[in-house]
Amino acid sequence: MTVETKLTVTAEDVRSFSEAQSEPSWLTELRERALADVENLPMAKPDKTNIEKWNFTEFPSLLVESAPFASLEDLPAEVKAIVDIEGQQNIYIQRNNTPAFLQLSEDLAAQGVILTDIHTAAREHSELVQKYFMTEGVEVNQHKLTSLHAALVNGGVFVYVPKNVVVEEPIQAIFLHDNEDASLFNHVLVVAEANSSVTYVENYLSTMEEAKGQANIISEVIVNDNAKVTYGAVDVLAKGLTTYVNRRGILHRDATIDWALGLMNDSDTISENITYLKGDGSHADAKSVVVGRGEQSQNFTTEVRHWGKASNGYILTHAVMKDAARAIFNGIGKIEHGATKADAEQESRVLMLSKDARGDANPILLIEEDDVTAGHAASVGRVDPVQLYYLMSRGISKTEAERLVIHGFLAPVVNKLPIEGVKKQLTEVIERKVR
Amino acid sequence: MSTLVIKDLHVEIEGKEILKGVNLSLNTNEVHAIMGPNGTGKSTLASAIMGHPKYEVTSGSITLDGEDVLAMEVDERAKAGLFLAMQYPSEISGVTNADFMRSAINAKRGEGNEISLMKFIRELDEKMDYLEMPEEMGQRYLNEGFSGGEKKRNEILQLMMLKPKFGILDEIDSGLDIDALKVVSKGINAMRGEGFGCLMITHYQRLLNYITPDHVHVMMQGRVVKSGGEELAQRLEAEGYDWVKQELGIEDEEETTGQEA
Ligand SMILES: Nc1ncnc2c1ncn2[C@@H]1O[C@H](COP(=O)(O)OP(=O)(O)OP(=O)(O)O)[C@@H](O)[C@H]1O
Ligand SMILES: [Mg+2]
Repeated sequence: MTVETKLTVTAEDVRSFSEAQSEPSWLTELRERALADVENLPMAKPDKTNIEKWNFTEFPSLLVESAPFASLEDLPAEVKAIVDIEGQQNIYIQRNNTPAFLQLSEDLAAQGVILTDIHTAAREHSELVQKYFMTEGVEVNQHKLTSLHAALVNGGVFVYVPKNVVVEEPIQAIFLHDNEDASLFNHVLVVAEANSSVTYVENYLSTMEEAKGQANIISEVIVNDNAKVTYGAVDVLAKGLTTYVNRRGILHRDATIDWALGLMNDSDTISENITYLKGDGSHADAKSVVVGRGEQSQNFTTEVRHWGKASNGYILTHAVMKDAARAIFNGIGKIEHGATKADAEQESRVLMLSKDARGDANPILLIEEDDVTAGHAASVGRVDPVQLYYLMSRGISKTEAERLVIHGFLAPVVNKLPIEGVKKQLTEVIERKVR
Repeated sequence: MSTLVIKDLHVEIEGKEILKGVNLSLNTNEVHAIMGPNGTGKSTLASAIMGHPKYEVTSGSITLDGEDVLAMEVDERAKAGLFLAMQYPSEISGVTNADFMRSAINAKRGEGNEISLMKFIRELDEKMDYLEMPEEMGQRYLNEGFSGGEKKRNEILQLMMLKPKFGILDEIDSGLDIDALKVVSKGINAMRGEGFGCLMITHYQRLLNYITPDHVHVMMQGRVVKSGGEELAQRLEAEGYDWVKQELGIEDEEETTGQEA
């Protein structure tokens, strides 16, 4: 392997980092073990993208200090634009590696809802975090990148919704990346206990043109019996980072998750969104939209894996590729033996805006049970000239017609985002990227 | 008054000549009907006027008040005052009907002269009401999942919102139930007058009972072979096309039938 990882972080660094955060010993030990394993574990192998030459291990600094924000009024303009300053009650803002602002309504706090940065969570809710941190969801030892993540977690957020609690207003997390030396080893842990429901929306937002360093992000979402999670995300990370982002859902009986992911990074990116439908009657809706541009190379995997009987998984990926960008879109529906009456459907569509761009839709159905339904549709094509003709025949210019078709094509995720500012932001990012 | 003149128009699709010299002249304040057997080039004519990318005009001319329509881009033709209600309107996912219509109106009005949102909504509501379309259709994606008849109504809604000089209506009556036909006809009749001319392609006399044409043309084998008044349509309805063929000595071609894709 060519990436003989020049990992400059030592066991001593990890231990002292953990101690500086006053982490419980289980976490310090977990980090140490993970770091020791990095070297021996295989590299992640995203299907059809060769990442041998990608640099996942070098970065300027594990911890950059940034100034927190005293109030939402002090936020920089780019962040203000995505926050409803008056209305947003429940919000966590992280600036590079620093927890920079936190607000949770008294009402939710009184009901036992937890919203806090991951370090505080490990200290103050050690048992809960230990129960869910890389246990049911992503394995520490899955590959080099997961173990590296576990060893180096330097940010993230913990959202906990107790039994029967329905959180009406969305919980928002913003990961602001405004220091080019910062690396984001963020861990997001969302736990929805039985019969609860919550909407969580996160933004990854780089404000510089070009950065150095790593984004190695893992989200684990545990949805217990009959609970419902809506998970929205808009990723806008800068060129120059190497991004590995892994969003994992674990669903128990009759649980539901709706993913709406706007994957707009300018960095080379490996993005995984995998949902385990463990419980009977569980349901996943995994929607993502992508715009690839410039010279970037990306690999997207959306997978729904069925163990539960009568579990439903729907995957939708719509991507626009321009310039000389390259991307692979793996859509995987996997039905395990015993998951009778499961339904696995997927649709991947890629719209090519330039002849130098490459986009491959790679739909896969793996079915080990007879009594199921499954289907997929995949297409790679250009903007339909007959659609353009139709719009233009009403006086709309070609440029505007193309714009309408492209925005329409990416609407399935835009329209799903429950926070108005974030919806608007994604629309603007799309606007900027496809122009 | 405006005039649309089509002279000796020849049109090919994928190398196959479909229109073989069409001549037709329309004024505002007139309603023309075109009838003719399936596959004879009626939609081809409509598409060529509007500038469909698949249809290639090989010779002849189309002018609107002396301006060369064939030299215009599709959107310019619309801005010049042409409108085509299509036989098979496109579906465009993710773009709401209302947003689309506002873009279209604003494109025509030009930058700096955009319609106010209030005024737009008022006008859209009013026209949708007139066409008995449920309000939610404004927020649906453009033609996506619309029934055949709903698509036709939506074409007429656009016609009424955009107020062109010439409306070309390609089988606007097909797929409409009787009540809808009445409603749509009412809409078109309301537009009749000094500033509006209409070219209706239809297979059935029924539409012409509601919208009385000033001129009726018969198209066969890529040409307008016969023109007349309202009575021509009645005779076609009663007797079919054989007598026209006999009268004009037209022989059936090897392959005249076929459906548009
Ligand atoms: N892509 C194509 N390649 C070859 N021939 C085509 C193509 N598209 C259309 N045609 C043919 O052009 C001819 C004229 O079609 P057009 O749609 O203009 O007929 P029409 O008069 O509108 O018929 P209808 O009454 O059925 O709507 C038909 O014979 C049709 O098969
Ligand atoms: Mg036709």
